[in-house]
Amino acid sequence: MEILSMGKSCDATFIEDVKRESGQDPATCYQCGNCTAGCPYTFVYDIPVNQIMRLLQAGQKERILKSKSLWLCATCESCTTRCPQGIDVALIMDVLRHMARREGYAAEKNVKTFYDGFLESVKRHGRVFEMGVAANYNLKTGRFWTGADIAPKALSIGKLDFRPHEIKGRDEVKRIFRRYLQREEAGE
Amino acid sequence: MRIGVFVCHCGSNIAGTVDVVSVAEAARLFPDVVFSTDEVYTCSEPGQKAIRDAIREHRLDGVVVASCSPRMHENTFRRAIEKAGLNRYMLEMANIREHVSWIGKDKEKNTFKSTELVLMAVEKLRKNRPLVAKSFDINKTVMVLGGGVAGIQAALDCADGGLDVILVERESTIGGTMAKLDKTFPTVDCSTCILGPKMVDVSQHPNITLMTSSEIEAVSGYVGNFDVTVRKRATYVNNELCTGCGLCSEKCPSKKAPDRFNEAVGNTTAINIPFPQAIPKKASIDPEHCIKFTKGKCGVCAKVCPTGAVNYEQQDELTEVKVGAVITATGFSLFDHTRLEQYGGGRYPDVITSLQYERMLSASGPTGGHIKRPSDGREPKNVVFIQCVGSRDKSVDRPYCSGFCCMYTAKQAILTKDHLPDSQSYVFYMDIRAPGKQYDEFTRRAMEEYGARYVRGRVSMIYPRDGSLVVRGADTLAGTQMEVDADLVVLAVGAESGKGAPQLAEKLRISYDRYGFFLEGHPKLRPVETNTAGIFLAGACQGPKDIPSSVGQGSAAAAKVLTMFSKDKLESDPAVAQVNQRRCVGCLKCVRTCPFGAIKEIEARDGSTKAEVIDTVCQGCGICSVTCPHGAIQLSHFTDNQILAEVDALCLSWMDENFA
Amino acid sequence: MSLMKIPYYPGCSQTGSAREYDMCTRECMAGLGIELLEIDDWSCCGSTPAHTVDHSLAAALSARNLERVEAMGHKRVTTPCPSCLTNLKTAEHRLSRKDFREKTNQLLDRPYEGGVTTKSVLQIIFEDYGVEALKARAVKKLKGLSLAPYYGCIMNRPPEIMRFDHHENPVAMDKIVEALGAEAAPFPLKVECCGAAYGVPRSDVTARLTARLLDAVEDCGADAVVTACPLCHMNLDLRQSQVNRKQRRGFNIPILYITQVIGLALDIAPEKLGMDLHAVDPRPLLKKLEGGE
Repeated sequence: MEILSMGKSCDATFIEDVKRESGQDPATCYQCGNCTAGCPYTFVYDIPVNQIMRLLQAGQKERILKSKSLWLCATCESCTTRCPQGIDVALIMDVLRHMARREGYAAEKNVKTFYDGFLESVKRHGRVFEMGVAANYNLKTGRFWTGADIAPKALSIGKLDFRPHEIKGRDEVKRIFRRYLQREEAGE
Repeated sequence: MRIGVFVCHCGSNIAGTVDVVSVAEAARLFPDVVFSTDEVYTCSEPGQKAIRDAIREHRLDGVVVASCSPRMHENTFRRAIEKAGLNRYMLEMANIREHVSWIGKDKEKNTFKSTELVLMAVEKLRKNRPLVAKSFDINKTVMVLGGGVAGIQAALDCADGGLDVILVERESTIGGTMAKLDKTFPTVDCSTCILGPKMVDVSQHPNITLMTSSEIEAVSGYVGNFDVTVRKRATYVNNELCTGCGLCSEKCPSKKAPDRFNEAVGNTTAINIPFPQAIPKKASIDPEHCIKFTKGKCGVCAKVCPTGAVNYEQQDELTEVKVGAVITATGFSLFDHTRLEQYGGGRYPDVITSLQYERMLSASGPTGGHIKRPSDGREPKNVVFIQCVGSRDKSVDRPYCSGFCCMYTAKQAILTKDHLPDSQSYVFYMDIRAPGKQYDEFTRRAMEEYGARYVRGRVSMIYPRDGSLVVRGADTLAGTQMEVDADLVVLAVGAESGKGAPQLAEKLRISYDRYGFFLEGHPKLRPVETNTAGIFLAGACQGPKDIPSSVGQGSAAAAKVLTMFSKDKLESDPAVAQVNQRRCVGCLKCVRTCPFGAIKEIEARDGSTKAEVIDTVCQGCGICSVTCPHGAIQLSHFTDNQILAEVDALCLSWMDENFA
Repeated sequence: MSLMKIPYYPGCSQTGSAREYDMCTRECMAGLGIELLEIDDWSCCGSTPAHTVDHSLAAALSARNLERVEAMGHKRVTTPCPSCLTNLKTAEHRLSRKDFREKTNQLLDRPYEGGVTTKSVLQIIFEDYGVEALKARAVKKLKGLSLAPYYGCIMNRPPEIMRFDHHENPVAMDKIVEALGAEAAPFPLKVECCGAAYGVPRSDVTARLTARLLDAVEDCGADAVVTACPLCHMNLDLRQSQVNRKQRRGFNIPILYITQVIGLALDIAPEKLGMDLHAVDPRPLLKKLEGGE
């Protein structure tokens, strides 16, 4: 277990960044645990959400951004809706997720792969091509049997589309992504 | 005039950023100033002596002290000049501490501003006139509102001190919330056993008149001379005849009236006596659930009553009483947990409040002291207590701590083990607040001796599953979510202001905070007084508190009243409004705008309508003075001319400075 | 002759794995006299993945569609999917801030200045059409059916953004279902998350959360679940066999869409409502209805 030396490891800039990007003040959190109590994904988190908030208060940037919890949060809003101090916890998790991406952390690679594949599909076709996303996921992760158990039933009720739905304005969507990536690269 | 100016150093508090010597020197040149000096600590003995000596030596008839805020020492200096033979209103203060030295560091600017403030004070003083306080008689009867433990204590102390007391209680019995408790922390004393004797003392005390089922209708008057209208609600039972035998309740066929004393755990009959130790032990009818009142049939209680005490024609009664002081001890109510849908919103019968649980624990309660699940009547094995329900919670607009829930939860966990040795209690908490004597030791007992499992974390939701309730909380110390299958869930609901508190405050003309708790005169130094003369506070109506504090405040309020009544007459503040009848046109705008009802309409000798100020009620706020279109009503010691003198002093010197 | 015309944003699920939801929604709305105007050439709102990457990217993907609604001359749009709903609503909310709006418009071909309100199909039916009108319009009484209303985690939360019904104990579907003669079962986990988008990358998570919901459905004695979210439907219906296998259960609970339930009350043929496109066939349930008549 790592002992926290606040003088050395507390990253005050990190706390300010999160405050600014989320518009939430971590100092108002009095660690009641209501968020963890209601979070349906606690059972797969490595760090429960109230501890993420605590580590945020203590400025422990690396520990947080390296966690799996960020990638397993589903933004179900249970925490935000019930926080007695009115903190938008789900928004803070989203912001931390953004930061993890920017800094190159992705503790749950498969989730990132799935999200990236999804967005790639949107970029290409303008709408999500579900089979394409599934196939891409299986390929990239090497988990070829994902979804195989429900595929036959899905096929029999006509839920598997083998062709994407492309929109006329898909180039407009492509441009949205291109401009976003350019802006990110330019560091704005 | 012959004015003396005293500029205070206040050690280095003022002198550090104001050149007090220069200020005193400059003041020497102001009109009518014949003496001017600086003092190191003007409020001290030597400082005050210096003022008195100067008054004698230089034959001063007015004094200006440039020092701290008048809220600190105006009285001190007024007494000082009075001792030297001057009228106390021939004093003016210039605040060169809070308004100058404490807010800026620029010595030159500060000194200049101080000089201006002293000039303003001098110019006002030149327009001051001596004022004399009037004395008035007082009525040495005290009214205590609320018959809970604070009100009971206040009433007994006042009565034992020789005063006549009128105790007005809204319910049909006194006892308040304490009468509903089974046991009290930290001694686990039986609540009724310790409160009962005091309640009996109240009913038997020759100096106390008990008015139950009564509320205040209207209050007028002023300290020492209040006129109060009390409305006694119709209970449809004549208390003079009722013996409290309970036969009516036994025979009443309407058994679906919600049992308010028992916090709606079960029902009661339409005519009932709330609990066996009720004082006064008299029956009363709930007309909304009475068959006679709703359908016109029945009438059994009137028939069986051996003394003929039931009277369906009874009306509300209004009584006028005159009292000299009022002690408000109206208590509190509890947070409405049905607002919290994540805890069931009142839909789950096995999720109950702490007070409902207390009634269940009580041997004279609706379950005879047996803990039973409301849903199926079975004894619970797992009892889960949830603290901070409606306390420390911004999201439901209750950010404050209620102060007693940690303690009563520990008590209830202990009692649960006593009643059900095979049970297991869980307590979900955020912090344990146990500040009183033997309090922390008591909570430790619950954890160490009675096996209650304390879990540090809030509860996010409760939902039913397989006949029990899943309590989903967190254990932040272990760093995980924690689920407990509960048979019974007890919510430690927080304190709120009593029902109707803001409306009562308006009638009494006292202030209340945004939560409806009445405002004390000073949070530290005047906890049982209000800013309205003659109205005192005691107990939870001022803020959530436990029994020892409530009793303490009851006695404290009684002491304040006894002190006030130790004189035969009170003095009224002469800095009140006055009407110049020659200017008054009788428009009566001032009568309508006065928040204290201190101005009345009169008929002048020539038959015309005029306004007249009731000296003793006027609080000196000055609203009337601003309202009057003719300047006919003026606030003594703050007249238009006096204030304009200050304005002129300031503006003229500025003009000289900039345009001379 | 239609009572109301409103732009319609189907969302990607409704063109693919949840096409029956789109079918029954169109049938239902037509049956009620509400004309849906599908936005021409609408694009994906980005769903969950977009907002986990960047908020202005997500807002831009939504804003492209909101701008199309404006171009249609309308100020309102409705969608059957809560994920699309939250994206469109959140975008609108965030775009009210000038700095964010500028940042987002940088990414778009056509800038969007705000002004379009998004409401769920359920909200339109509940608030604009009204339960009383629904009751009057219904032709077939759904007596004999006990339905567990499952709202999903994001349709009503957080209340400041979604502004519909109660965030802990919503009752819109309960009231609709009861008005149509069926029983709304006392389902306690109305807003509890089903596992969302983790069906692909972490099906173990989805299975566990969905199992908990289905346990509660059985516990409250309902015949079927009624829902208004295509992702919840997929997890509960298409993945029910997966849940059974991974969580060792034997569930066989049909999952209905609210617009299917309303469609049944309007006496629209089950096949037109897509009831033959479910993994757990709900049609045997309908016999219960006829029996109950």
